[in-house]
Amino acid sequence: MDLLFDGITHGVALILRGDPQVMEIMWLSLRVSGIATLVSLLLGVPLGMMLGQSRFPGRRLALGVINTGMGLPPVAVGLFVSLFLWRSGPLGFLDLIYSPAAIIVAQCIIALPVVTGLTAAAIQQLDPRLRLQLLGLGASRLQALRFLLREARFSIIAAVMAGFGAVISEVGASMMVGGNILHYTRVLTTATVLETSKGNFDIAIALSVVLLGLTFLVSMLLTVLQQRGAER
Amino acid sequence: MRRVLLALLLSLCGAPLAAQARRDVILATTTSTQDTGLLDSLVPRFEAGCGCRVKTIAVGTGQALALGARGEADVVLVHAPSLEQRYVAEGRFRNRRLVMTNDFILVGPPADPAGLGQATSLKEAFQRLAAGSAPFASRADSSGTNILELNQWKAAGLNPTGGWYLQVGQGMAATLRIASEKGAYTLTDRGTYLAVRQGLALAVLYQGAPELLNIYHVMEVNPETFPNVNQDGGRAFADFMVSPRTQEFIRTFGAARFGQPLFTPQAGKREEDLLQPAR
Repeated sequence: MDLLFDGITHGVALILRGDPQVMEIMWLSLRVSGIATLVSLLLGVPLGMMLGQSRFPGRRLALGVINTGMGLPPVAVGLFVSLFLWRSGPLGFLDLIYSPAAIIVAQCIIALPVVTGLTAAAIQQLDPRLRLQLLGLGASRLQALRFLLREARFSIIAAVMAGFGAVISEVGASMMVGGNILHYTRVLTTATVLETSKGNFDIAIALSVVLLGLTFLVSMLLTVLQQRGAER
Repeated sequence: MRRVLLALLLSLCGAPLAAQARRDVILATTTSTQDTGLLDSLVPRFEAGCGCRVKTIAVGTGQALALGARGEADVVLVHAPSLEQRYVAEGRFRNRRLVMTNDFILVGPPADPAGLGQATSLKEAFQRLAAGSAPFASRADSSGTNILELNQWKAAGLNPTGGWYLQVGQGMAATLRIASEKGAYTLTDRGTYLAVRQGLALAVLYQGAPELLNIYHVMEVNPETFPNVNQDGGRAFADFMVSPRTQEFIRTFGAARFGQPLFTPQAGKREEDLLQPAR
């Protein structure tokens, strides 16, 4: 009980003091997972729109694969990314293993199916006649796409939140491809694991509180963006 | 909204995230050097001196050696002498140099249900453990500690199986915590035990046998076998570990915080010299 209470008190104190170690790890996590989410947004939204509204052979299979990917286990992703990025692996010459870039790659692979799958679902939810009507009214294909994207924006922002939530909270892939290197690839989740095993519970608690707070802030920001659209 | 996202994207990408090619030194090592805080103190000193970055991958010694033996690291700091010699003989590592020692100890619940305190030899201690009157937490991760533990069961003619033998598959500090929570015995290096013992219900119950000496060596990954290792960086880090200044740092490391130093510097000595005299 003492441990719990003292841990939380110390943890909160560390945050309020702006402890440099905790802050550094927080920024790294935010940058790494933020970039990974943005990349999967840029790739996943177009891909999801395509899967959502076009018809081609094998589309169901593709959707099935993407939907399976939404539950991709981070440790499995970590293992395969490691195998590719190790010096002996096919992409070893890039010298990316044990770097923040390697974590970004792994997290993109984790977030991309989430963003793609939820975008596809969002687009499919729209009335299929909407697009035909738009085109009929003389909209160009690009204009029609933009309109559909606008219509589905709530779900698409939700997709981004889900993607960010998945990558900021994963530990397996970051540990394996990043290596948990101090000042370099030690992110909130891997640092929490290490500090817990070292018995530094106050720091571990501070880190998890920061992790929760960060996820909350980012989700809040996206929710505001989402809802501002709603009031218009 | 698009503008907000674009601004975010640009600000995030501005940060230097890519690896500094070629200049990084990858150090594969055991969890004990990290869990005790030794590397967190030493690595920045080395980095300041060489102007490079060290990527420390702290895993069990078995995995650290396996990484190095495939050329995935540049230098290793490990503690499994028998395994190290085999890899050196295979030409995967070179320049195996003694860095420091501490010792392994058997720790367990202070009430000592297995009576380890009465054991007169290491063999007897392991036989008492195998009676199964309390659980034993094994690292079970091919770490140096785990290899030594398995060798001791073998030496005592035992095959540890059963519900009392917990294979936890985690680092030393995590294993100690599990042992404490489960009222289990475990084998640990003294350094990690001293570093994390606060808040653990574990007492030192058997120590001092010559077989329990824990010997750390530094080895460079052989560039003749793996042409793309960072040969100079690996060499520089190995030299740093056995340099007089580092050895002096190791001599007192942890004394202020844990009441006694965690490691004994041994650079320049030979393994045979360490094993002969009684400690």
